[in-house]
Amino acid sequence: MQNTEPKLVETNTDFEVRSLDTICVNESHLTHKWYYNFKYTAVGIAFGIVFVKAEIISWFRIQEMFRFQSFHMYGVIGSAVLVGMISVFLIKKFNIKTIYGETIEFHPKTFNKGQVYGGLLFGFGWAITGACPGPLFAQIGSGGTVIAISLLSAIAGTWVYGLVREKLPH
Amino acid sequence: MNLIELIKQPWPWYVAGPLVGLTVPVLLLIGNKTFGISSSLRHVCAACLPANIPFFSYDWKKEIWNLFFVAGILLGGMIAAFLLANPNPVIVNPALVAELKGYGITDYSGLVPVQIFNWANLLTLKGFIMVVIGGFVVGFGTRYAGGCTSGHAIMGISTLQWPSVIATCCFMIGGIIMANFILPYILSF
Repeated sequence: MQNTEPKLVETNTDFEVRSLDTICVNESHLTHKWYYNFKYTAVGIAFGIVFVKAEIISWFRIQEMFRFQSFHMYGVIGSAVLVGMISVFLIKKFNIKTIYGETIEFHPKTFNKGQVYGGLLFGFGWAITGACPGPLFAQIGSGGTVIAISLLSAIAGTWVYGLVREKLPH
Repeated sequence: MNLIELIKQPWPWYVAGPLVGLTVPVLLLIGNKTFGISSSLRHVCAACLPANIPFFSYDWKKEIWNLFFVAGILLGGMIAAFLLANPNPVIVNPALVAELKGYGITDYSGLVPVQIFNWANLLTLKGFIMVVIGGFVVGFGTRYAGGCTSGHAIMGISTLQWPSVIATCCFMIGGIIMANFILPYILSF
């Protein structure tokens, strides 16, 4: 977060463009020094270690999942969702605040056809590369240097989507 | 077996899944951040090449935490692979081993099959489809769907959003179709 922007309340238009379809939106209204962001790096490191150690980033595990040859990935995703669900329930129920005392905000998602078409396309890509976007980063870190090309290609795919977005059914 | 040796073994799903799930409350509690990874790709576009496209014309610096997060994932991958590596090959279902053998995939030393994902292969048709086209479809598809496994399947379903349930079902359907009916042809090239 740059400290050159003193405004605390963001303008509506910018928020709308940012949240156009993105799931992750920064909803903190606080401005911190940029190095506060390293706490997210720390969470990312823990997350990356789990990714590798549980072989979630393994192309073989993903093939097993889509061929129904192993329970492993279903167990990982299922229990992750369960823990996430219970946590969100508890946060809402007891109105738990962030460590800075802010109220935690949730944004309802609206349905559009992109979730079907885009979802199917992503499913194709997931089975080919054996990776969703998170594992792409962890695969590169774990030594699969050629996956950097997949990552650049994924960025290109995102960019092309932005370019043709208005012409696609949503 | 000491602790380090235990950590070096592949972690079972009932350890890894809850840890992945805990990312949701941790990110919310330390900064009101909604868990999602594919949006980092969008922020890279917005930062590097917005090209006046409305979809990329927003203040990406507000979302910079997301780039710090994915940088951490990369570092975590490095730490796990170089310090906590499992010395044994990946154990894979025998039916899959038999099938992959037919495509010439016999090396299980890495988490990805090194016989496909390597630099020399990049310019072959199979390598190009698997690395370049595959990556492109991941980037395009996740943005079109509005999120990936983390944003939709984990964060979206955790917050009981039915569009995320639909998106997750479509991820699975797409993956099942590709892995069972299309990928065998690609791997046979």
